[in-house]
Amino acid sequence: MKTFLSVLTVVAGIIGIWYLACVPMNIKGVLDAAERAGAVVEPATPKARRDLGAMGLVVNNSFAIADVWSVDRPRLPAPHQVAIELWETTVEKKITSKRSLIYHGQVTLSATLLGFAIGTGLGILLAVGIVHSKVMDMSVMPWAIVSQTIPIIALAPMIIVVLYSIGVQGLLPKAIIAAYLSFFPVVVGMVKGLRSPDHMQVDLLKTYSANTAQGFWKLRLPSSMPYLFASLKIGIAASLVGAIVGELPTGAVAGFGARLLAGSYYGQTVQIWSALFAAAILAALLVALLGLVERFLLRRMGVTT
Amino acid sequence: MGLVIFAAVIWVGGWWVNHKLANGPRAETAFVRLLVPAIFGVTLLAVWELLVRGLEVPLVILPAPSQIAVRFASSLPVLWADFTQTILKGALGGYVMGCLAAVCTAVLVDRSDFLRRGLLPVGNFVAALPIVGTAPILVMWYGFDWQSKAAVVVVMIFFPMLVNTVAGLRETNDMQRDLMQTYAASYWQSFVKLRLPVALPFIFNGLKISTTLALIGAIVAEFFGSPTVGMGFRISTSVGQLALDMVWAEIVVAALAGSAFYGLVSMFERIFTFWHPSQRSRA
Repeated sequence: MKTFLSVLTVVAGIIGIWYLACVPMNIKGVLDAAERAGAVVEPATPKARRDLGAMGLVVNNSFAIADVWSVDRPRLPAPHQVAIELWETTVEKKITSKRSLIYHGQVTLSATLLGFAIGTGLGILLAVGIVHSKVMDMSVMPWAIVSQTIPIIALAPMIIVVLYSIGVQGLLPKAIIAAYLSFFPVVVGMVKGLRSPDHMQVDLLKTYSANTAQGFWKLRLPSSMPYLFASLKIGIAASLVGAIVGELPTGAVAGFGARLLAGSYYGQTVQIWSALFAAAILAALLVALLGLVERFLLRRMGVTT
Repeated sequence: MGLVIFAAVIWVGGWWVNHKLANGPRAETAFVRLLVPAIFGVTLLAVWELLVRGLEVPLVILPAPSQIAVRFASSLPVLWADFTQTILKGALGGYVMGCLAAVCTAVLVDRSDFLRRGLLPVGNFVAALPIVGTAPILVMWYGFDWQSKAAVVVVMIFFPMLVNTVAGLRETNDMQRDLMQTYAASYWQSFVKLRLPVALPFIFNGLKISTTLALIGAIVAEFFGSPTVGMGFRISTSVGQLALDMVWAEIVVAALAGSAFYGLVSMFERIFTFWHPSQRSRA
């Protein structure tokens, strides 16, 4: 309960800072519009206003402050503008409409989930191989660790274009980018998890004369679950980033990445912010969903958390 | 066709050598531990080269490693300019600013239990979000040059860094804090002598996570607009010209820069947290 109150305070603080930041960010646009509408603005010319700086403008023209939160195309939209845009583009628009964020979200989500499934599946397979084969452990594992320090997302535009040139387009290229972003965290986490049983437990299974497969299914796999879920949560967030970035170079047809790009081309800041928040909400939902599955699974397994 | 068969032979040969080495008597020596991944990497490159040549894969789909190396060597000035713009100015500038801001915020937040309790869940939540999406907004605010890239990096690494530092600063236990109290240590004395050293492993964990994030942020932000220099710019324009050897050369630069950056931070970690169990066991 106390935690809840603290979280609420912090969130309220962030929103408060956001509202305050709107004043210096938007004041120049408001004053330019006011001058065009015939109001007396201090200083009078746009050039003098640019030189004065945002804070000076606020002090000189306090009458305009009320308008900074309701500009049409602001540099920094106020939280309620973003919230209204989110509401209008998710709830009030039809899902099939090209302007509905649900439609764009579903495009990004399908690429994310497909890529996440591919990446996680391959990652778990590779981890199993690494744990059971000394050669793979010694030759592949160092590369898997090094690959975590590399911004592999730089490959994204190339994958899109190469796959396009051999005739693959649509969902799959984005899913591949999402897959390889989630692949390496899963490999590293899963190897750690499959190795987590200590000597006592491994020895116990040996005294039961359990073979490798039994050791895997009855000891290694169950004890790897907490590690697996920790890396799955990282992996799905990475997949979503991959899917969004994968939408950028294709010229932006649909998806959150397309909304971001189109918004930045046409200066539609409210649209960018709402796409950003929609992506954030989606990421939070996916991670929370994994958290629920984890809790359920661990409880069924009898792990007390 | 001969080259393809040769590639298969090399693959099997490399694997066989590694198999012998890994299961041999000297498998645990440091030399073999380095040799095995090196052989694997070289085998992979050789197979790539031979397959591309043997199957006559066009350049626009996958250039051979030798082509990439030639392009890398012949365009060093361009690559260096891109490296300076993206890594040294954008990523490193943002990294320093973001880490300083996050550590200072963490120190302030740590004084209030109420704030810390609220900030940790929020920070963890934000750290999982696709922050890189703020890139178009920040490019709009700070222009096309490296300042906007540094801003993206700051936003990306702030919360992971903050969460790690805050978690580290609360790592001390009651006994240690009581001991400081009995010494009549002031807040800053106990901060410098007790809580900061205890937090260092956590801070370095955050710093290491942030290295990769910084590079990702700086490169992706350039996809949204940049001057005519920079790694992200070069990648996106070279992809447009189907000059994939240039793209791969940039990826090599990114990989080298990423590993070097990470290695540097790890080195500092070893120097500053030599007392920590995770560092001692390695020696």
